[in-house]
Amino acid sequence: MDRKVTLAHGDGGELAHKLIQQIFVSAFGNQSESRFDATFLSLSSGKIAVTTDSFVVNPLFFPGGDIGKIAVSGTINDLSVAGAVPYCLTVGFIIEEGFPLADLRKVVKSLAVEAEKAGVQVVAGDTKVVEKGGADGLYINTTGIGLQREESTIDPSRIASGDAVLISGPIGDHGIAILAARGELGLMTDLESDCAPLNHMIDAVILGGVDVKMMRDPTRGGVATTLVELAEDFDAIIELEEEKLPIRDQVRGASDLLGFDPLYLANEGKVLFIVSESDRQKTLELLHQFPEGRDAAVIGRVTGKGVGQLLLETPLGSKRRLHRLSGMMLPRIC
Amino acid sequence: MRTLFEPKDSAVARELAQKVIKLADRCKEKTGVTPAFMEVCGSHTMALARSGIKLILQDHVRLLSGPGCPVCVTDQKQIDAMIEVAEAQNRIVCTFGDMMRVPGSKRSLLSAKTEGRDVRIVYSPLDAVRIAQENPDREVVFLGVGFETTVPVLAAALQLAELKQVENFSMWATTKLVQPVLRTLLSVKKVKIHGFLLPGHVSIVLGEQAYQFLADEFHMPGVITGFETVEMLSGIYKLLQMVLNDQPAILNNYKSVVRPDGNPIAQKIMNEFFTPCDETWRGMGMIPQSGLDIRDQYSHLNAKKKFNVTVGEPKKTLCRCGDMICGLATPDECILFGKACTPIHPVGPCMVSDEGSCSAYYAYMRKEG
Repeated sequence: MDRKVTLAHGDGGELAHKLIQQIFVSAFGNQSESRFDATFLSLSSGKIAVTTDSFVVNPLFFPGGDIGKIAVSGTINDLSVAGAVPYCLTVGFIIEEGFPLADLRKVVKSLAVEAEKAGVQVVAGDTKVVEKGGADGLYINTTGIGLQREESTIDPSRIASGDAVLISGPIGDHGIAILAARGELGLMTDLESDCAPLNHMIDAVILGGVDVKMMRDPTRGGVATTLVELAEDFDAIIELEEEKLPIRDQVRGASDLLGFDPLYLANEGKVLFIVSESDRQKTLELLHQFPEGRDAAVIGRVTGKGVGQLLLETPLGSKRRLHRLSGMMLPRIC
Repeated sequence: MRTLFEPKDSAVARELAQKVIKLADRCKEKTGVTPAFMEVCGSHTMALARSGIKLILQDHVRLLSGPGCPVCVTDQKQIDAMIEVAEAQNRIVCTFGDMMRVPGSKRSLLSAKTEGRDVRIVYSPLDAVRIAQENPDREVVFLGVGFETTVPVLAAALQLAELKQVENFSMWATTKLVQPVLRTLLSVKKVKIHGFLLPGHVSIVLGEQAYQFLADEFHMPGVITGFETVEMLSGIYKLLQMVLNDQPAILNNYKSVVRPDGNPIAQKIMNEFFTPCDETWRGMGMIPQSGLDIRDQYSHLNAKKKFNVTVGEPKKTLCRCGDMICGLATPDECILFGKACTPIHPVGPCMVSDEGSCSAYYAYMRKEG
């Protein structure tokens, strides 16, 4: 087989067949299903959850993951925080002509490994090859299908004053890891992206009987943007305590240097929980049992209902309002 | 694992904030006016807002943002000139990221890029030299903005280009000096303040002696300070003490990194490649000998000499960035603020840079959604 992807790999002919058989089918299985134009799923009755996401990360390989891992975890986490049990995924690849086949194999393998860890099957896929310059290496789209969990207590209308706000771990790892991996900053760090499917950890919280009222994964825009949206969507006043936000030294150092606010950095393996006040300790204990939740912390609480807003109590005791991320984050010059 | 703010520091910070408030109120009792201090460093502007210091002190101390953000004081004509440079065939314009969105007369470097010009963000001017080496058949121009903090790095890029004989690299320098602008604020603009929170970063290069004239000639105290909450509060506390005792001096509150004579190596390379020149400050106009331009012997590296660029006078807008950086207005007093002018659609440069006073106010002190 050629060592680079060519336009012929995407034309539906001999090479395309080889590519599908040797890379995709061998990684994802489902030999029988691949002979049809569509896949049939047998789902039990109940509500079905669907979500879709496209991944355009640069670089494709970074400490702690690659585009394949992120394509699985992003979609699995979106299903999980909605209160659904992830069931299966579809995967679409858009590949730039000339992309190394070895890299494609690596990405597909990582995607398959993560899907297996998460306990979901890849049930349909698609490959397109575009001319050199028409894409930046490789883009992936995944669509996830899940079933609403019967035990799910998620209902944002129940968010009430006193509810606790928790995060499953330190903030901003993915944002800084990606920036460092781009190699443009001259930053040397051992920091890894946090990207990971979190469905098992979320399952443990829900099955542990915690009264979870809302979950969100704070990806692009970070913890602040995610919570501002949540506060506004569900008319809640949320207060965070700056002192309680968990953060790694590397993220804090890089943010200070580059002028970033960690509250706005992307995360790919974190969940924000809003739970009843009485369940805050139980939630923490459940989260702490998982490697991804080892540093989980209570970071704030709901202080009222009304016109939704997010406030941050600074260590000085003053409270300032947090807003959505505005514009791009550009590294400062001095 | 740490938290965003260490609890042991926060107890100290809270106590210090209360002490500052008490001392500020005593100052006001004695002088009859609320003490007003100006910071002249974009990183201070941002850190004072983000830490909550501005909020907690707002009824006791006026904290004004001076001309300390290099993006905010870059004249519109320089942006226009860079866009014109980028218009020609076979050119690559390189710039620091936060210059991309600064509006020129008609558009920004970012809009020029969107229209297909080759404008690239670099994190260090040395990267621009490397880009020139990789593209020998194209002219690479770096937009060199910054205060004394940045100029030594600009000089290092010129040195590298000279050493490696990179003939297709040049720099469009529009740099600024701290001392002349402080002088102008006090003698021409008659800014009503009681002291300066002096820039930590610039002082690393210049040293603490650079500000002695403030106390000697203007009877104005100053404290060089770092950027942590406790450091900034203690700087303000020391300023208040000096105001109360009417004993102005220049204190170094950032001794771990700022030496009396600064960084002689940085000063040397700066002087080797640059020489003082008249410079136009956005919103303030021309200030004599307030900038640095590339020395004549290196004019082959000077983009202003290499390319024949003429740009007209920029049109006036309602933007009050000029008043803002002179401490004559606060962001919420500008009619454009938060309406026509936001970080996504900035009218003036103080809204573009993360360290601009309007941007800091928009992010950290705005009350409405």
